[in-house]
Formats: sequence, structure tokens, C-alpha cells
Amino acid sequence: MTAHPDRPVDWAKVRLHVVTGKGGTGKSTVAAALALALATSGRNVLLCEVEGRQGIARMFDVDPLPYAERRIAKGAPDRDGRAGQVHALHIDAESALLEYLAMYYKLGRAGRALDRFGVIDFATTVAPGVRDVLLTGKVFEAVQRPRGTERGPSRGAITYDAVVLDAPPTGRIGQFLGVNSEVAGLAKVGPVKAQADKVMELLRSPRTAVHLVTILEEMPVQETSDGIAELRAAGLPVGGVVVNLVRPQVLGADALARVRDGALDPTAITADLGRAKVDVDARLVAALVEEAREHAVRRQLEDEQRERVAAEGLPTYELPRLAAGIDRGALVELAHSLRSQGMA
Amino acid sequence: MSTGSGAPHLDVDALLDDRGTQIIVCCGSGGVGKTTTSAALALRAAERGRRVVVLTIDPARRLAQAMGIEQLDNIPRPVPGLRPQSDGGGSLDAMMLDMKRTFDEVVESQASPEKAQQILANPFYVALSSSFAGTQEYMAMEKLGQLHRQAVADGSHDLIVVDTPPSRSALDFLDSPERLSSFLDGRLIRLLLAPARGPARLMSAGFSVVTGALAKVLGGQMLRDVQTFVTALDTLFGSFRQRAEQTFALLQAEGTAFLVVAAPEPDALREAAYFVDRLTDDRMPLAGLVVNRASPPTRTDLSAEEAIAAADRLWAGDSSSLTAGLLRLHADRVRILEREQHLCERFAAAHPQVATALVPAMAGDVHDLDGLRAIGDALARRP
Repeated sequence: MTAHPDRPVDWAKVRLHVVTGKGGTGKSTVAAALALALATSGRNVLLCEVEGRQGIARMFDVDPLPYAERRIAKGAPDRDGRAGQVHALHIDAESALLEYLAMYYKLGRAGRALDRFGVIDFATTVAPGVRDVLLTGKVFEAVQRPRGTERGPSRGAITYDAVVLDAPPTGRIGQFLGVNSEVAGLAKVGPVKAQADKVMELLRSPRTAVHLVTILEEMPVQETSDGIAELRAAGLPVGGVVVNLVRPQVLGADALARVRDGALDPTAITADLGRAKVDVDARLVAALVEEAREHAVRRQLEDEQRERVAAEGLPTYELPRLAAGIDRGALVELAHSLRSQGMA
Repeated sequence: MSTGSGAPHLDVDALLDDRGTQIIVCCGSGGVGKTTTSAALALRAAERGRRVVVLTIDPARRLAQAMGIEQLDNIPRPVPGLRPQSDGGGSLDAMMLDMKRTFDEVVESQASPEKAQQILANPFYVALSSSFAGTQEYMAMEKLGQLHRQAVADGSHDLIVVDTPPSRSALDFLDSPERLSSFLDGRLIRLLLAPARGPARLMSAGFSVVTGALAKVLGGQMLRDVQTFVTALDTLFGSFRQRAEQTFALLQAEGTAFLVVAAPEPDALREAAYFVDRLTDDRMPLAGLVVNRASPPTRTDLSAEEAIAAADRLWAGDSSSLTAGLLRLHADRVRILEREQHLCERFAAAHPQVATALVPAMAGDVHDLDGLRAIGDALARRP
């Protein structure tokens, strides 16, 4: 993909990028690629995961992440080869709660006593919504962290130019982000409500963007539309749509139409293959043509879904399906692609 | 089509035709096509003569319409348009899980009307029953238990196919009944109940630290709601635990078959491996692995390297060469297939005993019975 160095960045004012998507669309891959893309020269980016899967560690091929910020990669280098830093944080509700108790109530030892009574388990698994407040609360803390402060809870901590949250899937995102109002209803007063209100203020502000990852298939696109509607109804700022795992675009529209219509000339293909020094026979030609036809049928279905994505009227970015799968190198490649499309 | 992984072949028709198979549970991570697999298995079993009910969690709208289950009313509805292969009198009912309704029904069936009203109106209960992340898993298992008891009592169904919620992690769905019941039965609850039962013995330094901290974090109102809730639910604890234990025993029983559903992707297969290990550890009857969305096989042996080299030669002469495009597409297809095969081989090497069925990706989404039949055929195809 060619770079567009003069293209303005679409989300320059956003500090918190929330990335969601239906299962199987590759939202974690996109979140990681976005973090690499945002980490241009001199910038610090934090990539957070909240679902206990250690997906970041696997993608970046590092040891499982603790509940602490770790530098895991250099960002995707710019044209001069300079890059910022990507840090990662694995947030689990239990640690977040103990930290919260220690920070605001100095409940060091009592915190562990709570654990013995099953309170930590209760608060983080059974008490409705509390888990989500704890998870988003920790992200909030990283986003709001005052720069260069030497006092208070964030003493000595790194400050970030952007935070990317690998969020729960589209089906749960409204609840995950909006759940705070539910808690607020339950805990009508008290510190959890105060915390939830602060988090909600950030989430509803222009400093946040919720991006949706989809693939060009019917159900994920439908779920994306539903997710956009839900986020809008909840007053949450919808960001862009990242269309992931796009099939190779080696054939243009004319060629695809001819392939679909069965209008290819086997003689010409046979001659081409002979020129390209392939050991050619009629079976090989028929096989290549049939494979191309299957591809063309799928491309047509993709185009229908692409139109439905476009109808949402949101900034849209496309990432290719990489035949070799996802590793560090692939993430950097995807990051460059997002940058050249203006997402970062 | 061969899985090419050396794994034993999963004989789906033998599983469906075996009258001893009473329950099939499809589990796996989100986005791998569990719901479609469940529906396709149920339809195939019904058309082969079983009297089937399928419990789906969140089907695609058009698939739900095709199956006649647009309403979320927790009642199995007959699916129209069956094409029985035999005169065996097969039938298919389908339902979509309404987790709140299911929870309400449990409360209503276990408590006096007065007490049930008290519980249903409690704000803590409302939130717990409609939004707690584990509730869906728990209620899916509860509904399975109900359907099974009913099937045993009136003979309405002889096979129950269950789709499971897309859990945050593989373990959620097996753990949630235990977790919820151990919570409801646990020390914390006894602690919260203490004031209602009178102060006395349980009052200790530990107690005040705990309730004090809870009140601080959650707010006094929420704590009072929780206390009212657990007090009201007090009489139900025993039955919750008992039900969870019954469900667990049902899942372990011989008539149950677990199918782990995955896609040929690293994450989905890793989740599948967790499931397989966990099911094995808990002595749950594992029938096999279904790998959905497999890439279609290639139609020629031309290698990816040869294809790319040839494409480059053609492009050097003509940058718009269509034949070069065909070669590139072939190379891409070979590489994806090789990667998928490698992933399946790795899985098979670590779990050599797990029978596997490979289902190729369909060109479009499945939203009618014919689409489900095509999936069913692919599931049952012999290598």
C-alpha cells in the first residue's frame, strides 16, 4: 500500500481508542496494529486487554503480561525510521479492585481479608457491573494520568499520548461501556458511583472513539450496524469501521466479471502459462479458472457487504487477510496500512 | 475431503443415529459458527428420525426467522419445512434462550408467591438476572436441565441439542453453575445474612471490616439491596446448589456428547484445546471436534512458490496479465490451506484421541433450512 504522508490523521484529538468487533473478526489484531500505528516518533501508547486471554503476549511473542505496564514493542517506524513505544497492560478485575482499595482506602491487609471472605470474588464476578467499572476504571486512570506528576497515585508512572483498549466483543460492548449507568442505579451513592460517573464522562467525550472491526460477511456486518446504533443511543462516540481480513484484490472489476461469467479464454491462459515456464495441461487451466470463479463469487458477496458498511457513513479502513497469519512483522505491516489510510 | 491432520474421523451420523445420544452440547469460542452447527446437527438428526429440540443462544436474525423462533419466549416451537428421510417420525422444535425469564421461572418455582415477588422486584436481582456475565451460561444449563426433565417425563423429545453462549473464556460455561451456587452458598452470604438472623456469634472483627469495606466500595444502598436479596433467597440456596449439581451430573452422563467447535485459526483452536483438556479432566463425554470455515481445498498441486514465480514472470511482460492474477490467487489459497492444515495437525498431535470433522466455508451466510442441510451434509461427509 502506498503512503499518503500529507493525509491528516482522522482521530488526532482522541486519547482513548476502544476497539470492539464480533468474535472471529480479529479485533485484537486490529487493536495491536492500531497501537503500533499510533506510536509514531516520540509518542507513548498503551495497549490494554481486559478479557484475561493474554492475547497481547501471544501476538507480540513475550511472556504473559502481569498487572503492570510493560514496554513490549517499538511502534511502526516513520519514513525516517523513527518510532515511539508501545506498552501493554493486562487488566484483571481482581487486581484492579485490590489496587483500588489500597489506593483510596489504604486497605492493604484488609483487602486480603476481603479475599478470604470471598468478597473479591463476589465483587468481581457476581456483583453486576462492578467488574466492568473496575476494568474501565483502570483504563480511565491511564488515560487521565497527569503528565510529569511526582505526587499522588500515579507517581513515577509513564504518561501516554494514546491508549488503545482491546474491548469485549460487539455483543457486549454497550453493556461493558454503558454498564456504569446500571451500577449507578444500584449503588445510588458511594465511591463506585463516583468512579463510574467519571469514567462515563471520559467515554462520552470527544477524547474517546469506539472503533468497530468487521469482516465482509453478513452477520458481522449486521452486528456492526447494530453496535453502531447501540453506541449512538448510549451517547458514546462512534469512531471508524475497520474492515479486516479482506481478500486479495489482484483481479479488477472487469476481470472478476469475466471470471464469474465463465468468459475466460483457456487457450490464452495456456499460452501465458507456457510462457511463464509452467508445466501446463488442460487440468491445470481448468483448476485455476475454477479457483478464480470461487474467488470471484466471494468477492461479489464482499462487495455487497462493503456497500452496507459504507452506508453507515463512518470513516472506513481496510486491512488485508495475510496468508501467512499474524506475527510481529505482520502487525507492523498492518500498522503501516492503517497509517497510510489516515486512521493513525 | 481429508482433514489431512491424522486425526480420527468424527462420524456425525453415527452420533445422531445412536438413540443413546440424548444431549449434544456444542461449545467453543465466539465467531466460530456454534449456533449454525447446533442448528444443522438438530435438523439433520430430525430428518433422520430423531425427535429433537434445539436450544440456541443468539441466532442470526434470518436464521431465527427461517426456524420460526423470532420471539424470545422461552418456549420450543416446531420448525416448519422438515424433509424427513425416513418414516421414523422425526420432529424438530427450536427455541431461543431468554435468560431473565429462565431465572425468573427458577425463582417462581422454588419460592412462595409472596417471596418470589419480593425477589423479582429486588434491584440487585434484576441486574443479576439480566446482566451478570455468567448468568447466560448458568441459565443455558438450567434450561437444558428443564428440557431434559420434561423430555424424560413426557417423551416429547429424544435428543436435545444445546448451543452455548460465547464465553469470555472456555471455562466460564462449565464453571458458572458452580460459581453461582458456591457464591449463593458461601461464606460471604452467611455473613450478609447474619444481621437478618440476629447478631450474636458471627459478629467479629472480620465481619465489620468486610461489611465496612463493602459499604465503602458499593455504597450502603447496594449493600442493603444485596442483603435483602440474599435474605429473600435464603430458602432457595439449597435448591440452587442441588440444581447445579444435577446439571453437572447430567453433563457427565453417558447420554451426553460434547462437540467442541472451532475455526482453523490459532485463537479458536487454542480455546478448543482448553475445552478438550477441561472436558477430559472433568470426565465429560467428548464426542469430537468440528472445524468450521475451513478453506476449500486446492484443485491442482501447483505449489505456491511455483505459482508466484510464474506470476512474476508474466507481470514483468504485462503488468495487467490476468493469468498472473489467477496464479497469485492460487498461491494465496495454497498458503492459507497449508497454514490451516498445520494448525489442525498441531492440534491433532496434542490431542490424538479427538475425532474431527472439517466443514468447508460456505460462500454466503446460512439463513434457511437448505443452507443448514448443506452444512449437515458437510459435517457428515466421510474423508
